Amino acid sequence: MLNSLWHTLFAPGFFSSSAVWRALSMSAAVAVVSGMVGVFAVVRGQSFAGHALGDFGTTGASGAFLAGLNAVWGFLGVGLIAGAIMDTLGKRAKERDIATGVVLSLILGIGALFLYFDTTYRNTTGAPMTILFGSVFLVDPSLLPFVLCFDGLAVLLLFIIYRPLLFSSLNVDLARAKGVPARLISILFMSALAMAVEQSAIVVGALLSTALLIGPAAIAIRFTHRPGKAMLVASMIGIFSSWMGILLAYDSYNWPPVNRGWPVSFFIASIILLLYILSHLRLRMGTRRGKKVLQEG
Amino acid sequence: MYLRSVANTAPDPVLTVKQVSVRFGSRRVLDNISLELQAGDFVGLIGPNGAGKTTLLKVILGLQPPDAGKVEMEGKVIHRGNSRVGYVPQKISLDPDTPMSARDLVALGLDGHRWGIPLPSRKRWAAVDEALAAVDALRYANAPVGKLSGGEQQRLLIAQALLTQPKLLLLDEPLSNLDIRSAHEVVRLVSRISREQNLAILLVAHDMNPLLGAMDKIVYLAEGRAAMGSVDEVVQSHVLSQLYGYDVEVIRVQGRILVVGGEAPLPVNQSISVWDEALTHVE
Ligand SMILES: Nc1ncnc2c1ncn2[C@@H]1O[C@H](COP(=O)(O)OP(=O)(O)O)[C@@H](O)[C@H]1O
Ligand SMILES: [Mg+2]
Repeated sequence: MLNSLWHTLFAPGFFSSSAVWRALSMSAAVAVVSGMVGVFAVVRGQSFAGHALGDFGTTGASGAFLAGLNAVWGFLGVGLIAGAIMDTLGKRAKERDIATGVVLSLILGIGALFLYFDTTYRNTTGAPMTILFGSVFLVDPSLLPFVLCFDGLAVLLLFIIYRPLLFSSLNVDLARAKGVPARLISILFMSALAMAVEQSAIVVGALLSTALLIGPAAIAIRFTHRPGKAMLVASMIGIFSSWMGILLAYDSYNWPPVNRGWPVSFFIASIILLLYILSHLRLRMGTRRGKKVLQEG
Repeated sequence: MYLRSVANTAPDPVLTVKQVSVRFGSRRVLDNISLELQAGDFVGLIGPNGAGKTTLLKVILGLQPPDAGKVEMEGKVIHRGNSRVGYVPQKISLDPDTPMSARDLVALGLDGHRWGIPLPSRKRWAAVDEALAAVDALRYANAPVGKLSGGEQQRLLIAQALLTQPKLLLLDEPLSNLDIRSAHEVVRLVSRISREQNLAILLVAHDMNPLLGAMDKIVYLAEGRAAMGSVDEVVQSHVLSQLYGYDVEVIRVQGRILVVGGEAPLPVNQSISVWDEALTHVE
């Protein structure tokens, strides 16, 4: 009885598959970095920039594919350059969003062209799917060192700029008056953001890297009001969602229509969305109860 | 003018602004502004919207290089990041979800410019709590900043500015989003701190009335020009008309002062609404 329940939850082979273990560890690394960087992206109003970086990386990756290079370099190179450009284009959030939006369509167009060439000239029909939607199960093991290395770099950078970043996220004028080099901090944060997003794009796919960046962070800051704690909670939510997603995707090999398994990214994004909705509902109820107590008191 | 060289025991003024001019494009926003603040002075920097008040503060802070003139603190040219200057910027709007407690925000005033993450330190939090106590904000020290009221946030920003034990505190429109009672509370608080710590205060406001009992001197800024002195010296129809470059009228009613016509020159039909506003203000 218990055994069959166990097997419904964890399809046979889940714990013995090396692909599963690799997926679990890589997605955890990505979730931690995305959660930590994501808190700042949300607080600074740079969620859209974070999303755009994923898309820019796509174009880079498909270009690299076309040139026969490793997709990692395409993701990272274009991500870092695009981050720097976005940062210099607009000083105010609104200005920046408009500039990003305009450039984004052009870059996406070029990306579509590259992907088309990828499939026609290089005969890699899977390339667009992998680059856009990723698959934690199919990640090339040789990429693991790269992913971990750049994730580590992003976290290190974030730790170094932590206080001035928090300060200038609160108010730029105030931070500058206190001697914070706000331009430099902004560029360094963009680099950390680019590294985090591109790593996650390699693992969960460019289109859904945003989900891991923004979702857990947005949920975390609804429940915590300390910066460090918010980063920790966001990482935990990210790990939980991606592990649940991996489990469901593994189980889905036995689901219709064919025994091929549903895409992991679908599950991860759905779980994050579900948690986000739940966090809103809970807070609503919380405040209503709070008001009632006030009225009665 | 030469009194100072005779009485050479007199200390250097805390702040000296010498003939500062700033232009944006062809527009002169500040035109040859000079002023002096002594230790413990509480000075109101008053002027209509767009008069250049924020710009003047930014020049003093080193955030806006002046086209001419200079700013000195205790006789030395002032630089950006000077820990002897505390600053409360205009209109900080904190998102309700900002992941910071009141203590976190105040602590940034102490070491927000340093690299790295803060190391656990009892001394650091003791200093933060002392600043919180100075502005009567210990009650909500652990509350999320985004969910505090405007007045409470304003107190935290003042606490943040006090942490490095400044000699000069610059406050940009700290009263503008507050109801009358909270505004008076903030004025009383600032004036008390100024006395206790012998701190020079330059407080920006577009309405001078909440400051009338509290400020020692007024700097009135209009059309890029400034007049400094006691309220009675400066706030007179002929002095302000000269600043504005057209006729404005100072009216005193029930202990309040109204400057009528003291916005940008308006077409006749709109200037009536200025009167209306002034009258409703009186009530
Ligand atoms: N960086 C800037 N570039 C161009 N114009 C500016 C800049 N900063 C302020 N101004 C202009 O200078 C004038 C004075 O602005 P400000 O000092 O903010 O006025 P106040 O604080 O008295 O309301 C305004 O007309 C404003 O539009
Ligand atoms: Mg202003």
